[in-house]
Amino acid sequence: MADIVLDKVTKKYPDGALAVQEVNLEIADGEFIILVGPSGCGKSTTLNMLAGLEDITAGELRIGGERVNEKAPKDRDIAMVFQSYALYPHMTVRENMAFPLRLAKIDDKIVDAKVAEASKILDLGQHLDRKPSNLSGGQRQRVAMGRAIVRNPKAFLMDEPLSNLDAKLRVQMRTEVSRLQKNLGTTTVYVTHDQTEAMTLGDRVVVMRGGAVQQVGSPQYLYENPANLFVAGFIGSPAMNFIPATLENGELSTALGTFPLSDKVRRMAERGRRPVREVIMGLRPEHLEDASMVEGANSSRGATFTTQVDVLESMGSDKYAYFSISGKRASSAQLDELAADVGVSDLGAGQTVARISAASRAKEGSSLDVWVDLDKIQLFDPESGKALTYSD
Amino acid sequence: MSTHAAVKAKPVLSEGKKAERRLGLLLCAPAAFIMIAVTAWPIIYSFWLSLQRYDLKFPDKQEFIGLENYTAVLSSPYWWDAFGITALLTVITVVIELVLGMALALVMHRTLVGRGLVRTSALIPYGIVTVVAAFSWKYAYTPETGYLAELFGGAPLTDKASALAIIASAEIWKTTPFMALLLMAGLALVPDDMLKAAAMDGASGWQRFTKIMVPMMKPAILVALLFRTLDAFRIFDNIFVLTAGSQGTGSVSMLTYNNLIKGLNLGIGSTMSVLIFVAVAIIAFVFIKVFGTAAPGSDNGGKR
Repeated sequence: MADIVLDKVTKKYPDGALAVQEVNLEIADGEFIILVGPSGCGKSTTLNMLAGLEDITAGELRIGGERVNEKAPKDRDIAMVFQSYALYPHMTVRENMAFPLRLAKIDDKIVDAKVAEASKILDLGQHLDRKPSNLSGGQRQRVAMGRAIVRNPKAFLMDEPLSNLDAKLRVQMRTEVSRLQKNLGTTTVYVTHDQTEAMTLGDRVVVMRGGAVQQVGSPQYLYENPANLFVAGFIGSPAMNFIPATLENGELSTALGTFPLSDKVRRMAERGRRPVREVIMGLRPEHLEDASMVEGANSSRGATFTTQVDVLESMGSDKYAYFSISGKRASSAQLDELAADVGVSDLGAGQTVARISAASRAKEGSSLDVWVDLDKIQLFDPESGKALTYSD
Repeated sequence: MSTHAAVKAKPVLSEGKKAERRLGLLLCAPAAFIMIAVTAWPIIYSFWLSLQRYDLKFPDKQEFIGLENYTAVLSSPYWWDAFGITALLTVITVVIELVLGMALALVMHRTLVGRGLVRTSALIPYGIVTVVAAFSWKYAYTPETGYLAELFGGAPLTDKASALAIIASAEIWKTTPFMALLLMAGLALVPDDMLKAAAMDGASGWQRFTKIMVPMMKPAILVALLFRTLDAFRIFDNIFVLTAGSQGTGSVSMLTYNNLIKGLNLGIGSTMSVLIFVAVAIIAFVFIKVFGTAAPGSDNGGKR
C-alpha cells in the first residue's frame, strides 16, 4: 500500500497529439479515487501511465515516495483490472488467480492459501476449476478482481471494470467493489465514463476533459459546487438545466421570467472579476418544484413561473416534468462537448427538467406553476465556462 | 394436412421442405459430378492400377495381382531409404520454419512503420515459382557458375549431407513466409489487453510469449504445422531440380516419379502414390485427433 503522486504528468504522442497535460494529483494511501470524463478525455491514458503501459512524456510519477517513471509494469507492484477482464482463456479460474504469484516464484502452499482466501472473499470457491469461457460476466469480473487482490499490491488500477456488465449486475458489483476496497484498504484508481459510478464509489472524483483536470473533490462537493459548465453538466442525472440569462440590477432575466438574486448568489456573483451581463443559469432538476407542493417557509426564498408540461415521467418516488423554453439557447464550447459525448445535438436547449414531488397533480399538456429555489441557482460565464457562483 | 402428418411416427417433411431439398440436391449435382470426375476417379483408378502388374515396357504381362505390389514396395530398401530422407527433410524443415516463421511473424506484427512494405518483402520468396528458385539455388551452388559454391568450396551438391542441407535450406527459404503468414493470423487473435494484463501480473517478455501468446495461438500454430507437414512430406520440385535424387537425396515423391514416369511401371508407381496418400492421411489424422487441430473453417471454439 502506498500513496501515489502525479507531478505535472504529461503524455504527448509522437504525432504531436497531447493526450494528458500537466496532471497534478496526490492520492493518499488507501484512498479510492475516480477518474471520470467523456471518451477521449485522457483518463485511460493517465491510468496506463500509472500502470507503466504507456511512457510518461514529462513530469514525475511517484508511488510510495519513489520515482517510478522508468520502471516496467512488473516492477511497480500494482495490479490492474481491465474492462475486458483480460482473463487467460487457457487457464482455469484457479490458475488465472495464481498466475501473478507463480510468476513471483512463490511457494505452492502459500499460493494455494492466497487463492483460497481471495476466492472466499469473492465467492468464487465452487468455480475454481472452470475455464473463464464457462463463467458469467459477473463471475469473470470477480476473477479479474481476484487476480488483482491475491498479491496484495501497492495499488489497484481499474479501467472501466463494470462497463461490460448488464445494468442490474453493474449496480450489484459496484457495491461489491466498494466494499472490497474498504475492507482491503488498498489505494485504488478507478477509471469510468459513468458519472453514477463516479458519484457512488469514490472518496474523491477527478473530472477530466481534453487531457486536463477540471476539478477534484468529493462527489457531493462536485455536485454542489461545480467549477465550470463542464463539471456541472457532467455530474448529475438528469443533467443540470442550462438557461441563458441576462444579469442586470441584481436581477436575472430569462425566457422563463425575471428572478431576483438571493443574497447568497449575489454575493458570490459580485466577487466576479469582471462585470458579466450575459450569463448561463444552471438549475438542478431537484431545485425546481411544483409550486403547490412548496411549504410556506420555503416559498419565500423562491420564485415562481408558469409553464406548459410537455412530458411527465413518473419514477415512483418522484416525477420528472419536462417543459421547453422559447428563445435562444444556452451555448458554450463546454456544453457542446458534453452534448457530443452524450450523443445529442444540443444540451443547453430543448427540454428543461424539473424533479417534482410524486404527490404533484401536474398533467401532461396542462400548465404548471414551477417554483425555483433561488439559493441554488448557479451562474456561469458562457465564454470561459467558469462558474461565477463558485467559491474556492 | 397437419392431422395426416401427426399420425405417422416419423416426422414427415412438408411439401415445401421436400421441394427445397430436391432443389438443393439438383443445384449441388454439377459440382459433385465434376469433383467425382476430376478427383475421386483418378484416386480410384490409381488404386486399381496399384493392384495390377502393369509395366508399359511389357504391356502383355498386365494382370491382377492383388496386394503383391505393396509387399514389393514395402519390402524394398529403396522405398524405406526415400521414406527416411523424406521424414528427415520434413522434420528439419518444419521445425526450422516454425521458429523462423514465428520470429518473422512477431516482427511483422510489431512493425509500426512501413508495415505493408515489410510484409510484402517478406512474402517475396513465397511468390517465386519453386522451380525457378530451385534453379537459381542450383547455379549458385554449382562450381564455376555460383558464388555460394565458391564460398563453401568444392561442389556441395555432390555430397549427400551438404546436398540435403541445401535442399532443406531452399525449402525453408521458400516456405517460411507462408508459415509466418499463418502464424501472424494467430498473433492477431491474442488481445492486447491480455498481454498488458500479463505484464501487470509480472511476466517478462519471454514469459508473456511462452505462457500467454503460444497457448492462445495454439490452434493457429497447429494448423500452420499441419499444412506445412503435409506439404513438406510431398517435397518434389526442389529435389528434382537440385539433385534429381542423386547421392541418396530422393524423396518418396521422387522415387514415385522415377518408377511411374521414367520407369513406365504403372503398377509400382501407383502403389507408391497410394502409399504417399496413406502417409499424408495418417499425418493429418494424427494432427487432428492427437493434437486437436481444428480443421480450418470448422468452428468449435466454445467446446475446447
